[in-house]
Amino acid sequence: MDWTYIQGILMLAGINMIAVLGLSLLTGFTGLFSFGHAGFMAIGAYVGAWISASPTSTPAGLGLPFVLAIVGGGVAAGAVSYFIGRISLNLKGDYFCIATLGFGEAIRLIFNNVNRFGGARGWPGVPGKSTFLAILVADVVAVLFLANLVKSRHGRNMIAVREEELAAQIAGIDVFRYKMLSLIISAVYAGVAGVFFAHYMTFIQPKMFSLTKSTELTIIVIFGGLGSISGSVLGALVLTALPEILRTFEMWRLVFYGAAVILIMVSRPKGLMGGMELTPSGIRKMVAERNALREAKARLLAEAQGGEEE
Amino acid sequence: MKKLLFAALAVALVLAGCGGGGKSDVIKVGWLGALTGDQAVWGENELNTVKMLFEEYNAAGGIEVGGRKYTLEVIGYDNKGDPQESVNVTKRLTGQDKVVAIIGPNSSGNAIPMAPILEKAKVPDIATVATNPKVTVQDGKVKPYNFRVCFIDPYQGAVAAGFAYDRLNARTAAVLYDVGDDYSQGLREFFKVNFEKKGGTIVADESFNSGDVDFRPQLSKIKASNPDVIFMPYFFKEVALSANQARDLGIKATLLGGDGWPSDQLISMGGKAVEGSYFVNHLDYADPAVQDFKTRYKAKYGKETELNGFLAHDAVLLFVEGLKKAGKANGEAIAKALEGIDVQGITGRIHISPETHNPEGKDAAIEKIVDGQYVFQEKYAAQ
Repeated sequence: MDWTYIQGILMLAGINMIAVLGLSLLTGFTGLFSFGHAGFMAIGAYVGAWISASPTSTPAGLGLPFVLAIVGGGVAAGAVSYFIGRISLNLKGDYFCIATLGFGEAIRLIFNNVNRFGGARGWPGVPGKSTFLAILVADVVAVLFLANLVKSRHGRNMIAVREEELAAQIAGIDVFRYKMLSLIISAVYAGVAGVFFAHYMTFIQPKMFSLTKSTELTIIVIFGGLGSISGSVLGALVLTALPEILRTFEMWRLVFYGAAVILIMVSRPKGLMGGMELTPSGIRKMVAERNALREAKARLLAEAQGGEEE
Repeated sequence: MKKLLFAALAVALVLAGCGGGGKSDVIKVGWLGALTGDQAVWGENELNTVKMLFEEYNAAGGIEVGGRKYTLEVIGYDNKGDPQESVNVTKRLTGQDKVVAIIGPNSSGNAIPMAPILEKAKVPDIATVATNPKVTVQDGKVKPYNFRVCFIDPYQGAVAAGFAYDRLNARTAAVLYDVGDDYSQGLREFFKVNFEKKGGTIVADESFNSGDVDFRPQLSKIKASNPDVIFMPYFFKEVALSANQARDLGIKATLLGGDGWPSDQLISMGGKAVEGSYFVNHLDYADPAVQDFKTRYKAKYGKETELNGFLAHDAVLLFVEGLKKAGKANGEAIAKALEGIDVQGITGRIHISPETHNPEGKDAAIEKIVDGQYVFQEKYAAQ
């Protein structure tokens, strides 16, 4: 196996991971499903490309440093999500999901029509500044921030909203505010992922941010396990690498990919890491729960047998 | 269930691990394109063509490079028509499989992001039907490792506009295009510019979105503007649908299109509606030069070749000539050799300009649909 190839896949997985972590907060911890996060990625990608692309290229950019592109892309996606949230977060359950779906498609269609940014023909010549190290650092920061957020009061409030909205409200949690916070943070994550994506591909096209991409992100979150940060990390790694690992199957590749995903979901219905974390305390908890389950089973079995004997 | 899962994954990994260890007298050439998804017809056709030609070369004893005979091997990968996968595949081909050159892909959006990887790995790529100018030239600078065998969109747009104005005597034209498709947007832009430059008027400029099946609202507006010709720069499926709907609405204007048209499906779906229409093509199907390839392809695969096959054929020719001229199986040397090379392909003479890496002065063919057949009209060069 060649390192540039593996590195390329790892970089892609790392980029997906940023977006997935953000979506994990929204879907896994706050209980809101989104099918429009590719739209936020698109905003990040285009704003980032605009900030860092050379002023002499076509379409022209500002030629500013990559760091500013990351900040700009994230902020732009976050700002847009604020307006989307204001309009749509009062919608319940499936209705919010449909609203995000519409938003994602609308963003793509808007970029198709903006000739300043290359329209459907895309934007070639984005500087290739997404290095392996930069992505790695971004992933670590993304995981640490999310892990701390989830453990904080704000994070617990979001989980409360996920578990039972009405009860959370009665307990004095401003449900709307926490939904909004979760949406904005997840949009910023997606925007930053978009910036890295644009600078990894060096070419962006609205087509890349279609509904398929949004669905892919949601699938990774669910596959990894809702409410688990390590699940999202694992999910992004596994599901980005899997189509490449399966390349030897040629045209059957995507069939095997689908089959593998189904197999894993059937054998682990809560996703790879549903509700669990791969931290020392998380593993202890996992083992303890497993043991408790086994003991309970044994006890029930013994009681049942005891009952027969009597 | 878990055991089954692990078994499946283990099999996948073992299979993935195999397939290394080539012999020293084999030259590996990469190919990428869509083998799945909506462009799979063209991808499969291209890969089949490359395989067939390589087999023929090998059966004839291989290719002599620097006084030694080599056989050719193609390593083809699916990119789903997705630029992200194209990047992965290019990395795999250059890094892991160590190919000396890559043939394909057929779409510009997939070819453009390959450039930085090719430059780093020093492996040339010959695109087949990627017609966006930015595939080989970015901001006035030629990309050192990107080449192609087809003409480019500005040229195709100029040909369509020139032909409409000069030969069809059209003075007013309407354009209907797919706003979500890079190819369609490009052609539309260059058609408009050139038609207006000639002195014609664009009376309607309507768009639809990829995947749309109803074009009546746009066509009604086009009908009201009463154009002499309607330019339809998109692919055959939408062409057939929109042509049928245009005729239903009573539009009698001549329809005109680009190289997204040619396909058997256009005739079977479009029927009478596309009768009498013209389109710009890369070659004349009736040209004696292409008959041999057509028969060979049909004999081997049992079906007709698509347009892509012809261009893949010429991409292979170009690669082989470049390889011979370079005298060694080395990507950098082949890229150098390809600059300024002059090859007689079946789609025309291919003279790669060192400034643009495009085949300069390649004529376009104009075809007319008569009685469900593509009838060659003339070779037309835009001024």
